[in-house]
Amino acid sequence: MIRRMLAVAVKELLQLRRDRRTILALLAMPVVLLLIYGFALSFDVRDIRLAVVDQSRTRASREVIEAFLKSGYFVRVADLSEPRPLNGLFDRGTAQAALVIPAGFGADVAGRRPTALQFVLDGSDSQTANTVLGYARQIVNATGAGLFRVELRPPVVARPLVWYNPDLDSTIFLVPGLVAFILMVSSVIATALAVVREKERGTMESLRATPLVALELLVGKTLPYLLVASVSAAGSLTLAWGLFDVPIRGSVVWLALITVLFLAGGLGWGMFLSSLADTQQVAFQLGLLSSMLPTLLLSGFIFPISSMPRALQLISHIVPARYFISALREIVLKGVGPEVWWNDALALVAFGTVVLVLATVRTVRSL
Amino acid sequence: MRTLLNILVKELLQLRRDPRILPILFVAPVVQLTILGYAATTDLRRVELAVCDLDRTNPSRDLVRRFTDSSYFRLVASLDDQRAIDRWLDSGRARIALTIPAGYAAVREAGGSAEVQLVADGSDAMTGTLGLSYAYGVIQQVAETDNLRLPIELRPKVLYNPDLISRNFMVPGVLAMILMIMTMMLSSMALVRETELGTMEQLLVTPLSPGAIILGKLVPYAMVGTVEILTALPVVLFWFEVPLRGSLAVLALLTVPFMLCTLGLGLLVSTLSRTQQQAMMISTFVFMLPQIYLSGFVFPIQNMPKAFQVVTYAVPLRYYVQVLRGVFLKGVGLEVLWPQGLAMLGLGVGILTLARIRFRRRLG
Repeated sequence: MIRRMLAVAVKELLQLRRDRRTILALLAMPVVLLLIYGFALSFDVRDIRLAVVDQSRTRASREVIEAFLKSGYFVRVADLSEPRPLNGLFDRGTAQAALVIPAGFGADVAGRRPTALQFVLDGSDSQTANTVLGYARQIVNATGAGLFRVELRPPVVARPLVWYNPDLDSTIFLVPGLVAFILMVSSVIATALAVVREKERGTMESLRATPLVALELLVGKTLPYLLVASVSAAGSLTLAWGLFDVPIRGSVVWLALITVLFLAGGLGWGMFLSSLADTQQVAFQLGLLSSMLPTLLLSGFIFPISSMPRALQLISHIVPARYFISALREIVLKGVGPEVWWNDALALVAFGTVVLVLATVRTVRSL
Repeated sequence: MRTLLNILVKELLQLRRDPRILPILFVAPVVQLTILGYAATTDLRRVELAVCDLDRTNPSRDLVRRFTDSSYFRLVASLDDQRAIDRWLDSGRARIALTIPAGYAAVREAGGSAEVQLVADGSDAMTGTLGLSYAYGVIQQVAETDNLRLPIELRPKVLYNPDLISRNFMVPGVLAMILMIMTMMLSSMALVRETELGTMEQLLVTPLSPGAIILGKLVPYAMVGTVEILTALPVVLFWFEVPLRGSLAVLALLTVPFMLCTLGLGLLVSTLSRTQQQAMMISTFVFMLPQIYLSGFVFPIQNMPKAFQVVTYAVPLRYYVQVLRGVFLKGVGLEVLWPQGLAMLGLGVGILTLARIRFRRRLG
């Protein structure tokens, strides 16, 4: 049985070698995509476009403005003396936030009376808005304490401590997810065409004449792709580590194991789709739709699963990338061992087994 | 004009005869919009919180209650030993851990500042950042009930989306993305299918000019795109209750140049590829994915490196996402959105010209 599997694998590998474009797509695409998107994607808010309305024009008001600009988060896009033009600036998106300092501000500070500043912000992007508001609060509290020469003594102070990613750098968090996304899409699409191609070309008949059983055929066909996909996964992970400074704190062996499990699942899913479809076009369409959107949206890559409605949380359990991303972050960023992510690994094994069985059943029927 | 009408009717008939196409066209957008609308949220709720209360007094329990009463946090563990936090964070069962040291109540009674510790899981940077800022908010409330006034109070006023609901921001973007995917997929198949089936020759022997063939292919798909928007709009407005502050007429008007771009890109792909499979590959990886990532739909453009920011000016989806958000959330009209409209028009005309040149070259 093993020998027959290997024979199919060798045949497929020979065929793959002649198909330069597929090889290139499998090997080069993940790296190129990672290179482009790894740089482009970030949630770290910078260069917030700030309009300043200083109606006080005193030393105190200038000090507040100075504090905003010196923080490095804000850039001044407008300097106004009254708030009326703000509407236009916000509508056009020229300004994202505005600091309005009322006329009595300087006098209040001089008289050491508690005072207030208005901070207008564009809330359409709620996440950015939340972050911007947090920055503004910090800056104003610090400047206020300085101007009033008081030591703030709030009843409770929080000492924050961030583990695994002390600067809360979003690249370190996004790049592992991006690796999973790219590997999923490329591995599903690679095998989605494998079986259906034989059907379309009519070579399925000659395979049928061999003593191969469906399982041997499928495993044999998957193996070469697993080889190529593993190489490209290794390349992507190396790039993540070397270029995007994603630390690899856990063991490389575990990393390799979980990656191979995930790739096997993705390739198996492609095989299953391939056995369903009658034409390469349908197979490709199915592969793209079933791998791209779920991996983008339901895997925890960008959007936290715990915030989704229950029904979607349930659906996310059949998205293999969910388990891989979770395990990947645990191994790479937290450096923990299988005692933590064994259930993710188990889920990946289960997914791989189920899709392989489904694909075998389908292929047996069509054989 | 007559000949143009003929090819239009032919395309529509062909569309109708494909049994798979109708469900894909009309059911898929609604289903996608519903699922994506729910999935694409960055609002955090129920962040998993572990608490280690070493003080065990009324004030300390009161602080814990403030955390658990807010909808942002969900208590998953009450620990007696601070070292147990390791395990909960390592396994990802908790995202934030609050430690209240022994003596907390005593310090507060003496009028001092009591310190508590917050540990956040930074491996999920998004949850970590937002979770920490929610936690600061909860702690701030304690100060407010103690009547502590900050010397300078910051009064925020949030425009356009006062409750900071991320869905209001995401759903219009999803609508734009779906419209792009659908119209591009359809038109990228348009010419290449005729080539594959061998019917291109027949088309060419008709007295139609290349321009007329292209136009005849575009108009039906533009109609399909329009119908798609019309089926998806009720979902946006009534199911997700995204406020519509601007006018639908402006939206409709600015959708025209956007579809010009997406349909044009599809045709361009169609002239670049020899098989339908190639057409799908090229349109997905070369045109769709970059547009999704570089349009500001999920990842703010201002956070990108400068070089990428320049590239985004060539992305039609970027302008259309701005148009949708402008019309829905800001309620602005053409007086603000004309640059976006003009940019899409320019890109669309450019893309179509390119597609026409390519098409003619392939004929010759």
